[in-house]
Amino acid sequence: MTTSAPAGSLLAARDLQKTYGPTKALDNAAFSIHPGEVVAVMGPSGSGKSTLLHCLAGIVTPDAGSITYNGRELTAMNDSERSALRRSEFGFVFQFGQLVPELTCVENVALPLRLNGTPRKEAERTALTWMQRLEVDDVRGKRPGEVSGGQGQRVAVARALVTGPRVVFADEPTGALDSLNGERVMELLTEAARSANAAVVLVTHEARVAAYSDREIVVRDGKARDMERVV
Amino acid sequence: MSIGHTLLGLLESGPRHGYDLKRAFDEKFGHDRPLHYGQVYSTMSRLLKNGLVEVDGIEAGGGPERKRYAITEAGVTDVAQWLATPEKPEPYLQSTLYTKVVLALLTERDAADILDTQRSEHLRSMRILTDRKRKGDLADQLICDHALFHLEADLRWLELTAARLDKLREAVAR
Repeated sequence: MTTSAPAGSLLAARDLQKTYGPTKALDNAAFSIHPGEVVAVMGPSGSGKSTLLHCLAGIVTPDAGSITYNGRELTAMNDSERSALRRSEFGFVFQFGQLVPELTCVENVALPLRLNGTPRKEAERTALTWMQRLEVDDVRGKRPGEVSGGQGQRVAVARALVTGPRVVFADEPTGALDSLNGERVMELLTEAARSANAAVVLVTHEARVAAYSDREIVVRDGKARDMERVV
Repeated sequence: MSIGHTLLGLLESGPRHGYDLKRAFDEKFGHDRPLHYGQVYSTMSRLLKNGLVEVDGIEAGGGPERKRYAITEAGVTDVAQWLATPEKPEPYLQSTLYTKVVLALLTERDAADILDTQRSEHLRSMRILTDRKRKGDLADQLICDHALFHLEADLRWLELTAARLDKLREAVAR
């Protein structure tokens, strides 16, 4: 077994194994992504694509295998090192339920900066810049329950990008949106990520969403197939 | 759909007479358009000329329908290449794709591989259209959307087929 990551990759995984009870969620899965690249992770429900994303993001520890981020072995880090990495280097967008309902939208976007110790005013100033880029600065003072699904998801994207992450993990980011709103979210997410040279790991089952990626990985029965390398 | 490749694929499981080939084709792929005998024999003589099949025996009584054909090694390679090459996205692609998937199952090749390769080809077209849409005006966006929805329909069919491969494998083995 070799643990070397593909040349130039920012995040790479090899021989990943993860079992939940009798189910093999990941079975020798491999993955790699370069800075500024958008990679779609596709596959049927239950194929292991979300497990792959959670392992890559350091949320779930694989049973075996290697994950290298920027030359560092993720599986060798302790919990607090991994949390620090997630807070400072990674951004997350999920399908729903990710905004804190008691906070205003700008406070939600500023939250990751506040958790990293940035003073409130400065954090909210940076948050507002991202909200402008995501075209949701007009809802800055509203609470998540008072904005539309599309606006809420763009607020979530702004929050994922506010710390200047090097990798954004997006798990079905448009799953709860209609196609017009979903496409706008994808346009803004990929544009913002590319201009910041951030990599995006995009889990989706929708081809129209995957069409915003540079290439796709197909996960089936826990095995990941890089389509660029086989076609 | 390539009738030549389909007949070749059907020969992989063992030598057959022209008549058997027509019957197998009609049963599996010719639901609304059965093959004419003439098509079978002209196709077989072309395949014979190109060295993709050989005559394995001729039954007494003569006539073209009594020839038994066997696939050659070059023929097997030709089928494998055809199956591995994704189809250009176009309307009514599913009949060719369906044929490829069934032939892959019949010849114990990886049918999921064919679907993965085709998905990749479709996504390649969708990326080009998405990029054009992003840079274009409203007219461009609407034109690209139309094409994107059609490609998406193909892909939905493809995903559904991928999810039903085990059932299809059982059905074609009968």
